[in-house]
Amino acid sequence: MDFLNAIVALSNFVLIPAMTYGSQLALGALGVTLIYGILRFSNFAHGDSMAFGAMATILVTWWFQSMGINLGPLPTALLALPFGILAMAAMMLATDRVVYRFYRRVKAKPIVLVMASLGVMFIMNGLVRFIIGPGEQRFADGARFIIKARDFKEWSGLKEGLVLKTSQGITVITAVIVVAALFWFLNRTRTGKSMRAFSDNEDLALLSGINPERVVMYTWLIVAALVTIAGVLYGLDKSFKPFTYFQLLLPIFASAIVGGLGNPLGAIAGGFVIAFSEVTVTYAWKKVAVYLLPESLEPSSLVQLLSTDYKFAVSFVILIVVLLFKPTGLFKGQSV
Amino acid sequence: MSQSMRTPLLFAIVACLFLLEGMTDFWVFSGSWNSSLGILNMALISAIMALGVNLQWGYAGLFNVGIMGFVALGGLATVLISMPPTPGAWSAGGFRIVAGLLLGIATVVAAILVQKNMAKGRARLVVTLAVLVAGFFTYRFVFDGGVEAVEAINPALTGYLGGLNPGGAENYKAHGYMAILAWPVGALLAAAAAWVVGKTALGLRSDYLAIATLGIAEIVLAVLKNEDWMARGVKNVIGLPRPVPYEVDLQNSAGFVDRAASWGVDPTTASTITVKLSYGLLFTAVLVVLLVLSQLALKSPWGRMMRAIRDNEVAAEAMGKDVTRRHLQIFILGSAVCGLAGAMMTTLDGQLTPGTYNPLRFTFLIWVMVIVGGSGNNFGAVLGGFVIWFFWIQVEPIGNWLMATVTSGMADGSALKQHLIDSAAHMRLFSMGIILLLVLRFSPRGLVPER
Repeated sequence: MDFLNAIVALSNFVLIPAMTYGSQLALGALGVTLIYGILRFSNFAHGDSMAFGAMATILVTWWFQSMGINLGPLPTALLALPFGILAMAAMMLATDRVVYRFYRRVKAKPIVLVMASLGVMFIMNGLVRFIIGPGEQRFADGARFIIKARDFKEWSGLKEGLVLKTSQGITVITAVIVVAALFWFLNRTRTGKSMRAFSDNEDLALLSGINPERVVMYTWLIVAALVTIAGVLYGLDKSFKPFTYFQLLLPIFASAIVGGLGNPLGAIAGGFVIAFSEVTVTYAWKKVAVYLLPESLEPSSLVQLLSTDYKFAVSFVILIVVLLFKPTGLFKGQSV
Repeated sequence: MSQSMRTPLLFAIVACLFLLEGMTDFWVFSGSWNSSLGILNMALISAIMALGVNLQWGYAGLFNVGIMGFVALGGLATVLISMPPTPGAWSAGGFRIVAGLLLGIATVVAAILVQKNMAKGRARLVVTLAVLVAGFFTYRFVFDGGVEAVEAINPALTGYLGGLNPGGAENYKAHGYMAILAWPVGALLAAAAAWVVGKTALGLRSDYLAIATLGIAEIVLAVLKNEDWMARGVKNVIGLPRPVPYEVDLQNSAGFVDRAASWGVDPTTASTITVKLSYGLLFTAVLVVLLVLSQLALKSPWGRMMRAIRDNEVAAEAMGKDVTRRHLQIFILGSAVCGLAGAMMTTLDGQLTPGTYNPLRFTFLIWVMVIVGGSGNNFGAVLGGFVIWFFWIQVEPIGNWLMATVTSGMADGSALKQHLIDSAAHMRLFSMGIILLLVLRFSPRGLVPER
């Protein structure tokens, strides 16, 4: 019995949150990795793009809510998501046209593009603060839980109740659908194949008649969808605050690099590696230990390896270790 | 226009901006010398930070986005040096904390030694992991006990180890020179952190250095916020001693009041202005020394070698230059300058508030300064520091003015008007982004280009 209780406690506080967080990171890291693979620079505006996409979705959600449109038990934000993606896509294509295209034409060094992305980051951040303000916003509605602790306890007779929040379920399911669709697109469609070809070898791709501007445009569209979905899922699961999105930049970059920059499969693996290590290292294991160990061995402290405030340190340390021992990442990424 | 004309002219224009701020309350200027000098002091510090970043980026092409971390480390040094030691803290747990930290370092060193000396294979991995895990738990055991003891000492007021000020809790403000002593220590702390980052991330791809520095800055901040025994964390350390006189003391001195009266200024204003001027002079002295040193370094064979490495690493390496070593060297130097500036800033503020460090303000704004000023040119970086800091402060009044103009035609009380006026404060980041993009696009070499 105690063993089952321990498993339930473990999934409540470690497995489910880490799965959710990992899916959000994976979606974010996929965007970083795609931009790196096709446009060949590290996009520092990524976190703030997530905030922008989420903001657009929130505004539409509020509008729907005020008109009484909803999805029943599901959050209205899912209905608003396509509109958020459209707004984000328009924004991304516009920044590409106004900012990045020039540097591609003059074949600027990647670092110049990174600088430009800093400027875009400032502007996006400013816009988000300007439109929706720097404070925390709530936009989640619908049913809060898929499985409630009390119902689970009654059903199973266990002391520990399993909790599954709607936002967690939606995050994982959406992430699976999005990733499946993305891989189908990259591996099966003509455009997707030309994107991969462009990423693998730009010169050969150009020689075989692939239009680079078209590839770039599709990349931005896909990235717009990815960042908006990631941003909205993160906002539903935690809460929407522009600055936390900026801070997500570090774990997202860490995920993309750990997996191997430019490798989509790696980005997903990296996201889960980072998420699981962050959650396990900062979780207080006392509750699980109490169930598993005999009474005489029960720990007196919280058995927390690191305080939760050090979660950035965890992604950072993993990043450094991977870079030192496997500089191209777990899956073979590009090294330009 | 030739560059020898252009640089002094641009500096003169900036000087005019500061004079206008002090003299007239026309448009967005406040007409207060206090405000003008206040902006100038922070501009001087920003210029020093920009010099540090220019060392890394302009001389060597290293992309450091962790400036905030090095600045915060400098601030930490101010607390560790210039505050008085908390009575009883060292005997209660201070030595235990130090022992714990030493154990932690010993663990890492032992793990590295194992990695270096044992033959590759499963045995090495197991031994390394065993050393790390055992070391971690002993470290936590020793360290946590010490931390608990120190943080229990009068947590509302102290609860930290304190610094090295010889004056003791009552009289430490009389030893204001300790604040100045803290500045080079801030540089040393930042240099030590830079050594660790540089050792791991330099020599890999350039983006990786960026990510690594971004990470180290967040970690430094997390440590500052959570390790209460060191600098009270988010409870802040206030009342840091000053290297300049206090306003109250000036107002109480008869000689000063008489002199103020003879200038025709009331003693309160005169005292605040005197204090700000004294800070300004100190900071200018530091800036001038650093600027002269940087210029000398740039013109020396060392500076030419640096630029040669920046422009063509492969060629420089073929000439027998140790690129990674030189990169490490300049990365440490630049970070040390940022640490120095951070210590100066904390001294100016008179308090260390880890909660206020924000990467947009302390990392990316400095980058805007360097790019706008002209990367690779020390005068450009300094100019960028002045210009951008001035605008960073003035964007708010300009934004208010702009919004007032835009909304003047709208009906009073309309929601949009209210929203626009309330949002004027967020114009800062937006306008900095626009400035950065415009300069990058149309004048990528900055206001004062590298020769």
